[in-house]
Amino acid sequence: MFRRLQPDDLSATIYFDGRAIRCRSGESVAAALLSAGIARFRSTPVLGAGRMPHCMIGVCFDCLLEIDGQADRQACLVPVVDGMDVRSQEGAGRYDIQ
Amino acid sequence: MTRTDVIVIGGGLHGCCTALHLARRGLRPIVLEKNTVGRHASGVNAGGVRQLMRHTAEIPLSMAAMAAWETLAETLGPELAANCGFVGGVGQIGIAQSAQEMDWCHERVAEMHALGYDFEEVIDQEELRRLVPSVADICRGGLVSRRDGHANPFRTTQSFRRRAEQLGARILERTRVIGLEQGDGGWTVTTDNGVFRADIVVNCGGAWAWQAGAMVGEGFPKSHFASTLMVTSRMPHFIDPVVIGIDRVLSFKQTEAGTVVIGGGILGDPDLDEETAETVADRMMESAETVYEFFPILRKATIVRTWAGLEALMPDIIPVIGPSRVARGLWHAFGFSGHGFQLGPIVGSVLADLILDGESPIPLDAFSPSRFTAEGKLKPQAH
Amino acid sequence: MTGTERENCELAIIGGGPAGLAAATLAARLGVETVLFDEQPAPGGQVYRNIEANSRETGLLTPILGADYARGLDLVRAFRASGAGFEPMSAVWQVAANGKVGISRDERACLVRARRVILATGAMERPVPVPGWTLPGVIGVGAIQTLMKASGIIPDRPVVLAGSGPLLYLVAFQLAKAGAPLQAVVDTSGGSLASAARQALPILAGFAGDLLKGLSWIAALKARGIALYRGGYLSIEGVSRVEAVSFRSGGRRIRIATALLALHEGVIPNNQITTSLRCQHAWDRTQLAWRPETDAFGATTSPLVAVAGDGAGIAGARAAVHRGRLAALDAAFRLGRISRNERDDRARADRQALLREARFRSFLDRIYRPSEAMRRLDDETIVCRCEEVTAGELRQLIGEGFSDVNQLKSFSRCGMGQCQGRMCAGTIGRLLADETKADIADMGQYRLRIPVKPLPLAELAALGNADRNSGPVLEVADGDPSQRI
Ligand SMILES: Cc1cc2nc3c(=O)[nH]c(=O)nc-3n(C[C@H](O)[C@H](O)[C@H](O)COP(=O)(O)OP(=O)(O)OC[C@H]3O[C@@H](n4cnc5c(N)ncnc54)[C@H](O)[C@@H]3O)c2cc1C
Ligand SMILES: Cc1cc2nc3c(=O)[nH]c(=O)nc-3n(C[C@H](O)[C@H](O)[C@H](O)COP(=O)(O)OP(=O)(O)OC[C@H]3O[C@@H](n4cnc5c(N)ncnc54)[C@H](O)[C@@H]3O)c2cc1C
Repeated sequence: MFRRLQPDDLSATIYFDGRAIRCRSGESVAAALLSAGIARFRSTPVLGAGRMPHCMIGVCFDCLLEIDGQADRQACLVPVVDGMDVRSQEGAGRYDIQ
Repeated sequence: MTRTDVIVIGGGLHGCCTALHLARRGLRPIVLEKNTVGRHASGVNAGGVRQLMRHTAEIPLSMAAMAAWETLAETLGPELAANCGFVGGVGQIGIAQSAQEMDWCHERVAEMHALGYDFEEVIDQEELRRLVPSVADICRGGLVSRRDGHANPFRTTQSFRRRAEQLGARILERTRVIGLEQGDGGWTVTTDNGVFRADIVVNCGGAWAWQAGAMVGEGFPKSHFASTLMVTSRMPHFIDPVVIGIDRVLSFKQTEAGTVVIGGGILGDPDLDEETAETVADRMMESAETVYEFFPILRKATIVRTWAGLEALMPDIIPVIGPSRVARGLWHAFGFSGHGFQLGPIVGSVLADLILDGESPIPLDAFSPSRFTAEGKLKPQAH
Repeated sequence: MTGTERENCELAIIGGGPAGLAAATLAARLGVETVLFDEQPAPGGQVYRNIEANSRETGLLTPILGADYARGLDLVRAFRASGAGFEPMSAVWQVAANGKVGISRDERACLVRARRVILATGAMERPVPVPGWTLPGVIGVGAIQTLMKASGIIPDRPVVLAGSGPLLYLVAFQLAKAGAPLQAVVDTSGGSLASAARQALPILAGFAGDLLKGLSWIAALKARGIALYRGGYLSIEGVSRVEAVSFRSGGRRIRIATALLALHEGVIPNNQITTSLRCQHAWDRTQLAWRPETDAFGATTSPLVAVAGDGAGIAGARAAVHRGRLAALDAAFRLGRISRNERDDRARADRQALLREARFRSFLDRIYRPSEAMRRLDDETIVCRCEEVTAGELRQLIGEGFSDVNQLKSFSRCGMGQCQGRMCAGTIGRLLADETKADIADMGQYRLRIPVKPLPLAELAALGNADRNSGPVLEVADGDPSQRI
């Protein structure tokens, strides 16, 4: 859906639901996922509808992901750090009881 | 000038419920609400329906309220009752972390038994875990009241409002009572939206109720506070009971929507004149810290919103329910001091009994307006 | 500043776009101890996002983004040289009336006490609630531009742009230059730029450059053979993602199959913080948005807080610089660095520049006012993206007598989700006003409280460790837990 104007320097790797994604350190997690062709970031807690980032500036909250164990993080604002564990946030999210 | 038999000041839960019961008994109440129905404490509270750990003076009333919650459909009809989102029987639990708190639980139950009440039970860690699988190991047990539960405060208040209207009550929003005078023809109630005449006035003015008292020269404490709540984003369903702290600052429940509402005596900054309250981050950390420690599942949760509501606070933290001590035909029901939602379905009903029959089957002496001096101080013997 | 330790500063500026940068630069030069906070990793704001890196790198993006973008570098350089502190990746989740600013950075929250605060939080794209706008593949035009500026990412499959406002054509033009496959541009504004410009010529003297720029973008798109439509009543189709967009144009309905659709209906002030501070706001009847009321220096009705830039009402990037400078002058005066006379003397040039900008802005506001055809809400349209509340559900509640946006919120959960009402605040007021035949200015705003950005519970809990005397919590009377409130 999106491509990079300059595909060089993809020296970082993050994991989206276990899938390795090459990207640039410091860019937003949302940009990294979109350029890897991921359009469905999460599903809504009410209707279970798929969502993609909509505003890219931190106001719509549609890009919410679980990043390194913290739910509800705004993927458009969180910068990529090599090795990040990113999970799609399905519905109300995954929480372990204990 | 509008004439009717009874005017209710305040469109909170107690005002709406009072109007409902008076209408049910054939009167034509008009509720005057300065803002909108449920705008204040009744619409924004934590929704806890709790008999647990109540002031002993309130227990008979609270038990009657519990029965009223369980039979809401009789009062409201099935649809409006369902709208209240009442979930009963899940229990409220006071969680004990320390040995002292466990000791206190045993003492409390002994005291309750002596008074003839058996709805509170001490539970050990195993039973606590069974009821609340998400609780951390540091929690040893606690005190449970199994009939307790929670409801949706805004929807509950709206349901009582609608039912009152169905029964013939009128609710006027954006109508502020600014004067109250008694003459030959009964009460003249002046508002910023017209003048009303009525034989009876009921003051359900919440945090502002002392103002109606002042209009007739009857003093009440002006004290009030801004109770604060914070709420998480939606989470998967993980807990049924409502939990509260014993010595620790804690109170939380998961709503029907999956959000977790956290409170426990956090104070905001009240502004009675502006009719609002601010929440203060620095004062919320303690509650956040307690839930963080007691409930590991909340460690990755997010606080999405906070809010505060204005509530009257009586020095003895029990409400004022009964006839005015200076004027006939004026009745009070306010001062619920942070826990009046649970009493919501019953106070209007006992008021209707008091007003129309002169007595109530439930003991109300502890709540008498006459426990205050003319200046609005608690009389010494009332302690 | 690290972790949860508290620090104080004289002037806290929130937002590092042109307004915040100009304010910080001037304030620091006037000797005010200034710290600028922004949740982005680098200064620039929305308009000059990532300007430093883009100017430094191979320069592929700078020609695409154009000279107006490149100009931002001077602002950033001046800011870097000014001595003002800069705290990037710092999301501000509260500004309290007493000057306590709550920040979340590196997954830690802290509170900073400022003696004065300038909010320069800028603008956001106006939400465009049309059927299907929540589907994956539907994105903001500004969001597309953000991806380009911040990460050098452009669409690789045909994209349709729909909406109105200067940014629509600017981004279309930038995408075309970048080689993105542009399928169509659907202009939903009422009239044409060229004819409106002709009518308004007298007031537009001096803005020929800006006008020509706008017209040249359109001409360039036409020259590239990109389909340009005028249309309204948009509807988006798709099951799990966007498949097509259709709209009414010249009496017929046109349908374009597409996998990527970008919407834009102008920008509105990002006024979450001023609303949470209960600053007085006014409904702007031309821009169709709430904006905080301010004096000529940007001071709001909250005594310690000023607002500068688009957050105080949309006026554009050039105006933002002057508005930032005015707010800085006033801060320097209030903090005792300059006299009232000096403030007023220095303010004159910025005032004049602003007056000039205002003329062009009022022209833009008029031609790009969201059209009726874009303001109609079908019952099935989702108003609240977070809680997925539709216009139909809200209409029903309004029909039952709910007469206030906060009542609607309490009952329907519209506005209660993670975005905290940012995406539905305007729509719910409009719906209520339309349904009750009332004036939207009387419908009021959502009551907002902190945090103005959702805050992880863990961060709030850890804030407690930093400061044990956390202030009053209602004490249990006589130490007896049953005497509780
Ligand atoms: C944040 C919070 C959490 C709480 N949690 C719980 C809980 O979990 N469980 C529980 O049992 N209780 C709880 N409470 C307490 C409970 O909400 C209140 O005790 C109860 O709602 C009081 O109802 P009311 O009708 O007396 O007051 P209100 O709901 O405040 O209604 C009074 C109304 O009177 C109106 N009024 C006042 N003066 C005038 C006038 N002059 N003219 C016209 N109108 C006037 C006001 O505008 C107001 O709407 C909580 C309270 C708060 C604030
Ligand atoms: C997506 C987008 C793209 C735009 N592109 C252009 C363009 O190319 N050309 C043009 O002329 N105009 C553009 N505009 C309009 C433009 O925003 C303004 O005219 C100009 O940027 C306003 O400058 P400002 O300083 O007021 O705010 P902005 O430039 O918007 O800067 C505001 C800053 O505040 C920060 N911020 C906001 N809230 C918080 C918070 N709670 N915590 C921390 N930081 C926060 C933001 O990260 C941002 O950096 C765009 C608008 C948007 C929304």
